[in-house]
Amino acid sequence: MHIREEKAERHTLAVIVDNEPGILARIAGLFTARGYNIESLTVSEVTADKSVSRITIVTSASPATLEQIVAQLDRLVPVHRVHDLTAEGPHVERELALVKVRGTGDHRIEALRLADVYRARVVDATTSSFVFEVTGGIEKIDKFVELMAEVGLIEVARTGVVAISRGKDAA
Amino acid sequence: MVVERSGADILVEALVDLGVEVVFGYPGGAVLPIYDALFRARKIKHILVRHEQAATHAAEGYARSTGKPGVVLVTSGPGATNAITGITDAMLDSIPMVVITGQVPTHLIGSDAFQEADTVGITRHCTKHNYLVKNPALLGATIHEAFHIATSGRPGPVVIDIPKDVQVATAAYSKPGPIQHKTYRPALKADRSAIEQAVDMIAAAERPVLYTGGGVINSGPAAAQLLIELARITGAPVTSTLMGLGAYPASSPQFLGMLGMHGTYEANWAMNQADLIVNIGARFDDRVTGRLDAFAPNSRKIHVDIDRSSINKTVRIDLPIVADAGRAMEDMIRVWKSRQYAKPDLSAWWARIAEWRAKDSLAFPEDEPNGFRGEIMPQRAVRALWEATHARQPIITTEVGQHQMWAAQYFGFELPNKWLTSGGLGTMGYGLPAAIGAQLGNPNALVIDIAGEASIQMNIQELATATQYRLPVKVFILNNEYMGMVRQWQELTYESRYAESYSDSLPDFVRLAEAYGWRGIRIERPDQLDGGIADMLAYDGPVMVDCRVAKLANCFPMIPSGAAHTDMILQANEVSGTMDDEARALV
Repeated sequence: MHIREEKAERHTLAVIVDNEPGILARIAGLFTARGYNIESLTVSEVTADKSVSRITIVTSASPATLEQIVAQLDRLVPVHRVHDLTAEGPHVERELALVKVRGTGDHRIEALRLADVYRARVVDATTSSFVFEVTGGIEKIDKFVELMAEVGLIEVARTGVVAISRGKDAA
Repeated sequence: MVVERSGADILVEALVDLGVEVVFGYPGGAVLPIYDALFRARKIKHILVRHEQAATHAAEGYARSTGKPGVVLVTSGPGATNAITGITDAMLDSIPMVVITGQVPTHLIGSDAFQEADTVGITRHCTKHNYLVKNPALLGATIHEAFHIATSGRPGPVVIDIPKDVQVATAAYSKPGPIQHKTYRPALKADRSAIEQAVDMIAAAERPVLYTGGGVINSGPAAAQLLIELARITGAPVTSTLMGLGAYPASSPQFLGMLGMHGTYEANWAMNQADLIVNIGARFDDRVTGRLDAFAPNSRKIHVDIDRSSINKTVRIDLPIVADAGRAMEDMIRVWKSRQYAKPDLSAWWARIAEWRAKDSLAFPEDEPNGFRGEIMPQRAVRALWEATHARQPIITTEVGQHQMWAAQYFGFELPNKWLTSGGLGTMGYGLPAAIGAQLGNPNALVIDIAGEASIQMNIQELATATQYRLPVKVFILNNEYMGMVRQWQELTYESRYAESYSDSLPDFVRLAEAYGWRGIRIERPDQLDGGIADMLAYDGPVMVDCRVAKLANCFPMIPSGAAHTDMILQANEVSGTMDDEARALV
């Protein structure tokens, strides 16, 4: 007997929650307890009184499982609302990465040129290294990191995706 | 000036304000201030159990039989961890329960202090919601909110973890008004157009089935009356899950019996052949559906559930209705009547059901081959118990296993809140403490735990609790000297290799009962059955009956795991003894 796996598609969810202790553990724990995937998860307070947080989750799942993920998240007591941004329509996704590169001579010049193409900013520099700050969609950052590997990549820090719907309405 | 009181006093006062009459618990270091407050207040009856797991099951039994939330009070660390099984049980069966756990003082949290456990962390996934209260000023409101969450929407267990210093520190408390929660607003009332569509679908159906579950019981006794009315005006057959038994009278000719793994032939075939399934307050559990791709393949499906996450969880639904079962049925009946629909002619459908009924799938071999001659058939024992007691409308609890299924199959329930069993989690050891809780909530009722000799030992220490509080509960053990359901599966799947399923070194249950101050009765032969039951009922106190039943009797009909409703095993001689790996991998 072999264990079958379902076909999955990637969706970005925005979960608006009451900012109570343990809320992140509730959300993350729900994903592990029910066997859902998390590709990335970001969280931050989004109201002036710090009472509400916005959690952006990138998950991959079959359409039926996605419906369950949204319903299960919505069932948690401190959750205000859940949006499947991918399903709901056009939205903007952005991620920020800090990319450390070490090198001298040609490598150094090539790194700077590539950074320029990708509109990455230099946020730290020594005579033998740079730290670049780059923002964009997941694919742009993946590609930038991949290119940096050829010119002396040391390490990468990524924020995970934040996302918001296009247009004038909330979500 | 506002009078400040200790957290422990606030807790007790809030419980009194919430109408709590009984608390099931066990004291310990981290709840001593609360116990002292209870002692001083003298307003709430505390039932001292012998193990914290039993406190949770007793609270479940109390809740399920009265409709009121069950309340549990245990200490930190082992007190809380011992309660986990019952909390999880209440979660899976949607039982309203509030569990108050003591915690080490706030400054010691995280230091691996004596009797410290991360109770909110551990219970996060087996509660509807949980709290760690670090500020005594928030304690009163938190307790009120916890009861609101436990009892509204889809009910469930809520844990409130209270550090010992918060129990001692003082704050002001005033009884809050109705709770308007920021984020938690369960949907109760159905969308009107969905109700109208449902009514039209029922009116147009040729082969409808009402498939009802625990949601009808959780909605309250009025919902059971509405179900009777809905069935009457639509003429549709009714089948019930294990958790829903009693919501519709078993004696009604429209009742097909329980469905699912050990359901009746007619219930499962009706589900399979239906053109419309109306699920009211059930959740398409795997014990009910069997193989999903063969489940009710030609039917459209309406699903009424108060929990949106139950919709489309395992079975695709044509018409979801997120609402309280009772309110949805009330709306359906109103729309049906306002449209002046006549009772549909379902005679062709009922004729087919009559053919399936003629199979008599609950017939059991008595004085028949297979070595049962002279032995008490467990099915007969349950039926005899029903005959002797049904006029008194007893509350029946069970443990988990074959005896549980026989009780579900052969004990006809006419009313809701009379049948208390561990359905979702399947917790052995549930029945005796649940019976204790039910007896406390219903002092004049006849409460019987139909048990197995293996399960009863899992919370046997609670015999003392019944003795202490003079609770006349009856325990009726169907003793076949096996963990019978395990043995049955080993016969089905592993060519009868009985790995560890024999109940060796059993105690003498009669003497054990007597040691705890109970009456003990042994029934060994069929001719002793009725007399033994009569003796049990005649005794005005707790009685344990050790009823020796046929050792190798099995529970049929049965749909093996992963099989379709149409692949039912009706008798033991249809058992092959082996299964392929796909089936073996299922529970």
